[in-house]
Amino acid sequence: MSLPSNNDVAAAIAVSRFGLGARPGELAAAVADPKAWLKAQIDRKGADQPPGLLPTSRDRFQAYLAARVDAQSLKREAAAVAEQEAMTAPSGAMGPMSAPPSPGQDMAAAVPVGQSPLDRLKAERRAVQKPLRDGIANEILARAQLAATTPAPFRERWALFWFNHFTVSTAKAAAAALVGPFEREAIRPHVFGRFENLLYASSIHPAMLMYLDQERSTGPDSVGGMRRNAGLNENLAREIMELHTVGADSGYTQMDVTEFARALTGYSIGVEKDGDALVGRPLYRPQLHEPGVRTVMGRRYADTGQDQARAILADLAASPHTADHIARKLAIHFVADEPPAALVGRLRNAYLDSHGDLAVVATALIDAPEAWSPSPTKFKRPYEFVISSYRLAGAAPADPDHELIQPLTTMGERPMAAPQPNGWSEQAGDWTAPDAIVKRLNWSAAFAAVHAPPDAPLQVADAALGARLSAPTRLAVMRAESRPEAMTLVLMSPEFQRR
Amino acid sequence: MIPSSQSPSVQSPSANARFALSRRGLMSLTAGFGLTYFAAPALAATAASKRKLAVIVCRGAMDGLSVSPPLSDSNYLALRGPIAIRPDQALRLDADFGLHPKLVGLYALAQAGQARIAPAVAIPQRIRSHFEAQDLLESGGEQLYGVTTGWLNRTLASMTPDRRVRAISIGAQEPLVLRGPAAVDSWSPGGREPGDLARVKATLADLYQSDPVLGAALASGLATEAQAHMMTVGQPIPARDERGFAATAGKFLAEENGPSIAVLSLDGFDTHAGQGAVNGQLATRLTALDNAIAGLREGLGPAWSQTVVIVVTEFGRTAHVNGTGGTDHGTASTLIVAGGALKPGGIVGDWPTLQSAKLFENRDLAPTLDVRQVFKSVLADHLGVDRHALDTTIFPDSASAPPISSLV
Repeated sequence: MSLPSNNDVAAAIAVSRFGLGARPGELAAAVADPKAWLKAQIDRKGADQPPGLLPTSRDRFQAYLAARVDAQSLKREAAAVAEQEAMTAPSGAMGPMSAPPSPGQDMAAAVPVGQSPLDRLKAERRAVQKPLRDGIANEILARAQLAATTPAPFRERWALFWFNHFTVSTAKAAAAALVGPFEREAIRPHVFGRFENLLYASSIHPAMLMYLDQERSTGPDSVGGMRRNAGLNENLAREIMELHTVGADSGYTQMDVTEFARALTGYSIGVEKDGDALVGRPLYRPQLHEPGVRTVMGRRYADTGQDQARAILADLAASPHTADHIARKLAIHFVADEPPAALVGRLRNAYLDSHGDLAVVATALIDAPEAWSPSPTKFKRPYEFVISSYRLAGAAPADPDHELIQPLTTMGERPMAAPQPNGWSEQAGDWTAPDAIVKRLNWSAAFAAVHAPPDAPLQVADAALGARLSAPTRLAVMRAESRPEAMTLVLMSPEFQRR
Repeated sequence: MIPSSQSPSVQSPSANARFALSRRGLMSLTAGFGLTYFAAPALAATAASKRKLAVIVCRGAMDGLSVSPPLSDSNYLALRGPIAIRPDQALRLDADFGLHPKLVGLYALAQAGQARIAPAVAIPQRIRSHFEAQDLLESGGEQLYGVTTGWLNRTLASMTPDRRVRAISIGAQEPLVLRGPAAVDSWSPGGREPGDLARVKATLADLYQSDPVLGAALASGLATEAQAHMMTVGQPIPARDERGFAATAGKFLAEENGPSIAVLSLDGFDTHAGQGAVNGQLATRLTALDNAIAGLREGLGPAWSQTVVIVVTEFGRTAHVNGTGGTDHGTASTLIVAGGALKPGGIVGDWPTLQSAKLFENRDLAPTLDVRQVFKSVLADHLGVDRHALDTTIFPDSASAPPISSLV
């Protein structure tokens, strides 16, 4: 065994820290010039779209509206039945659990004839939900197939970072149907463009409006607000400032949040009566917009209708606080839970000097010497771990429920279902609890039993980890009794768990 | 520029969205459950290690004004409008406060002197970011970013060798409140071992020998998994079954030489729109909370008599209903203490009232109690944690937030 060259080490870092783990042959493609290999993946046109014909937000919004109407009538019926049953049931009887089906969960079990009316209604409810659930599962599968097979894994990692930055989640039922279209329509096209455009696309997308309750927010003094006695909802305004742009430590006040929320009123979603072409699309309703001049973080914004919020978004995007916030988040995601200040500074300057050009920021990340430290400090999140395992095996998932949703839920990262608007944690401490490691081990063994490639295990380990494969892991792989055992050990090795 | 609606009729998707699905899904079909609560005989001298503490963190800012509606506060109904819990709907605790009608199990506990509410509790800083507030709640710091470990982890570290106890995190992710140098168990449902992995486990133990994290984590996780397998054999717990989930937590606590502290999280309390009242989005989450408390009670069995449960959230919600039938980020909220080891009594702390002059920043319920005061009193009086450690290391610089008396 010869000592690895500098390029061998750099290639092993490029495919894991910047990419999604090597597929067979990928290290060989990266080794000549690892930085150039990464930079070639930056594409002004944006990130790749997942394979297959996936529905638009318009299709999904219509499906959501249809399911909602059915669900409401079923719910009323079920409540009546439940009341009746409660009156006739013996006291102290245990009720069924209240946990509703969650997207992607396999709930399609048929109910045998002769079951109670309540069970029948629950089955009908699941049937109403099925198209929505299947739609989410299809999205999850398509993007995982893209991630597992792409020859441009840095481009995909960059897109996944921005999706998590602008989290919308199926954890909120009202937004669930639109999460997939959101990533494809609002995020992927803009990830190597100007941040301001990405921010705008995210902020006005129907998925974000539903997820952060903006679709109901109404200017209290607008025509519509006065007529319907409706008012503000400040959720989106706050999260744009806190999570998407300047950050919670940038000094804005409650009044800034409220003022921004007022400016955002009117941003809405087209429904049938707005015309077929606008259903499920961003739509500005001037009659819901709060009239007046707004002041946000010391700047005044004239009442220019929909341009008022857009001007605020542009200023938020240009703020040095936003540059700081994004530089730090990128450094944490790609390099270290506690990133070197020099790296954060480089990314910040790249952002400010280029006026938020994300292709320039991506280049600065690749060029940053701090990003190439040989000792890996990032622990893979479950999604990264599972995707990198498929890439190591040269395989791709085919069954969304059993190969992605169930195992990733067990490992704590249900796909497209972050529990809160700040997205999935980037801190190792959130993913290394004892139970989480056991879950990874059990999944690894089950995965290896199916996917262990026919090649010699050591060859597989070398192709995946290259210069990062440690001597102890090499020894353990050589001593393994079977291919699945060897592959389980590679997947669970300290170096494969990190990047 | 996006298309602009020119329709003169004022109707937004809100008209449809009024019927939006609840955050948690379509509906709750709970038909109620029966449990008999009994007052356990007081045990005069329970060894500290037999005392149990369960903390349920309700993430997303749980609306205290709906959890424990202030029935006699003359401003409540006007401020809350359609989302108010009216006196005829609430489960009445006393002349002034009730419980949300979905909290039937908790109400039965309160009637038995085993549950109390603290209606105006807050973290030490006035923050309206969920994530910063959760950090402060769980780190136990006086200021943001002052402390990076959790107060329960520092509690473990502070115990003298003769009363050393363990803690367990229930759920796929370990919450900040338990994070830190002291080793903590964890468990979540699902993902059984496929076949016999004895060889792999032994090899990994070798591979992880010099790893800063993985070796200890795997060993602890495997031990807990083996115990869970014995406790729940034949009855796998669905991931979203709050009652079963909490019952398993209770069983861990009740085990001979089991952990003394368990932490669970519930999410989905961020009710900005369509919060609902007796039914609806928040009601569904409160049913889940009630199920979780009942599950703990069930799993603990006789050990319930030596248990304190704390239910806490990062902050409350605006006193006024917002323009979309919900509430925005506020300040004080309700904290619940329950358990067989609790001293019976009325509400904990003062009620600041909802008069507009008394509201914090003219919008939120003002706090009358620092959340650390409740935590400290439970740790001191129930688990026997040293007062000096409480004031200095567990809750740094917190001498000005003393424990309250007569909780345990």
